[in-house]
Amino acid sequence: MKEIEELFLPENVRYTEMHEWTRDDGDNVTIGIDDYAQDQLGDIVFVELPEIGATFEKGEEFGTLESVKAVSEIYMPVSGEIIAINEALEEAPELINSAPYNDGWIIEVKPNDPDEINTLMSSSEYLEMLKGEE
Amino acid sequence: MRYLPHTEEDVSSMLRAAGAEDMDDLFSMIPGNCKMNGSLNLPEALTEWELNALMDGLSEKMAVSPEYKIFMGAGSYNHYIPESVSYLLSRSEFSTAYTPYQPEISQGTLQAIYEYQTLVTRLLGMEVANASMYDGASALAEALLMATRVTKRKKVALSELIHPYYRDVVRTYLEPGDYEIVELPRLENGRTDISGVAGMDDLAAVAIQSPNFFGCIEDLRTTGAVAHESGALFVLSFTEPLAYGLFKNPGCQEADIVCGEGQSLGIPQSFGGPGLGMFACRMKHVRDMPGRVVGKTTDVDGRPGFVLTLATREQHIRREKAKSNICTNNSLCALASAMYMASVGGTGIRELACLNYDKTEYLKRGLSEAGFGIPFDSPTFNEFVVEFGENFKDTYKKLLEQRIIAGIPLVTWYPDLPGHYLLCVTESMSREDMDALIKGVRS
Repeated sequence: MKEIEELFLPENVRYTEMHEWTRDDGDNVTIGIDDYAQDQLGDIVFVELPEIGATFEKGEEFGTLESVKAVSEIYMPVSGEIIAINEALEEAPELINSAPYNDGWIIEVKPNDPDEINTLMSSSEYLEMLKGEE
Repeated sequence: MRYLPHTEEDVSSMLRAAGAEDMDDLFSMIPGNCKMNGSLNLPEALTEWELNALMDGLSEKMAVSPEYKIFMGAGSYNHYIPESVSYLLSRSEFSTAYTPYQPEISQGTLQAIYEYQTLVTRLLGMEVANASMYDGASALAEALLMATRVTKRKKVALSELIHPYYRDVVRTYLEPGDYEIVELPRLENGRTDISGVAGMDDLAAVAIQSPNFFGCIEDLRTTGAVAHESGALFVLSFTEPLAYGLFKNPGCQEADIVCGEGQSLGIPQSFGGPGLGMFACRMKHVRDMPGRVVGKTTDVDGRPGFVLTLATREQHIRREKAKSNICTNNSLCALASAMYMASVGGTGIRELACLNYDKTEYLKRGLSEAGFGIPFDSPTFNEFVVEFGENFKDTYKKLLEQRIIAGIPLVTWYPDLPGHYLLCVTESMSREDMDALIKGVRS
């Protein structure tokens, strides 16, 4: 597994304590899991995605990731409605491992409150949190 | 055999390690009203010969086949078990039936379970089967829970022609949860009335049994279509899998989950258990399927091998988020049924099913000619309902003295059907047996 210093934590997304990232795309946000989470889980073999149109509260479970080692729930970083899911993951769940911030995105959400994303952690805050967990 | 292997010294050293003074101290967190006071209400211990005499006495009180001609089915069927099944099953390799976690030392058992799963999918025409469950009733309850997971809905519709005991088990499983059970009534022809399904919202599953409790073959394709139109899964239960040797399998008739009792396939009736819960579904729902699954894979050297697979659905990995709290299977019964299916073979199962059907039709016609009503005119397999009338009880007793058991009175579960009896005929009945019954009920 990677050392914390080796993790790729881009600055254009915000992070949660549950290791999801959220990117502000204007009207909508894109959500995935970060480099730390994909590294901890190992090879991801299955992704259970929500239905388009479903709504979730912040912190609510919206899907599951199954790796060769474990199953983990994925939680909503912000409240909102699912407007797109990454269907490529059904055939190629390993995209989450190889490109967690790009081709491995998981859902696109129309947030109830566009400002809620600002309550999430920045890259440096998140890095501090991870160091504290070590 | 010692059932309490610990000496007093063992116990006191364990108590010391646990920091407890004595046993009462160790269990002090259990409320007093939950503890049992006094001794167990058990008879005195017997010697081995006294016990044998007691059991012989008990068994003499029972009406067992072949001394008695038992025309009773209703979920438990008297089929011939080939000697090959008993022989293979007694092999010591199979005597530890526990589901194997360690593939490196369990290839034989894993392969046998894999073959069982394969035979189940072929018989039922489904895409994937699990390694088995407790019995037909709990398999149905699990199927309904699975349907609520797949559809994310809470209401299930159950035919009143599903075995009454199965419906009881379903209620035991579902009622404490946030689920709703709706019962579907029956039609005059002995099939389920599914006309109400279209008007039901939020339906997770439509469940029927075929052949149903009255022995009638249900209209699977139409039921499936109606279920799917309302966004529900079509769950098919069965108590007599042998019927699928003759009738179209559920897989080619829209069924999403097929579950039922496999006792017919090489497992003795044994006064009601143990049974075999057969469970199969569509591949697209496999991640919501309960129970263990054995898969085929290759090892590091590319050699074929068998392992438990998709275990991430299960309780020992997934804890409280598991798809079911079943984390075991009925391996020995599953292996018996696999050996039975392999021994009898596809052609044999068809021939056997035809034999059951033909003999049943013989008795049905005989009773009808003797003047008894056959109230439900849908096709049946090896069971059917006959109206002997409300004054039949005396004849029933008289037949019992002649060692003939003339079916099961339905009024116990269907109060609107007094005088109606459910009769079963398997390959074990001869023409003479059936003629004796017909003669007996005429007089």
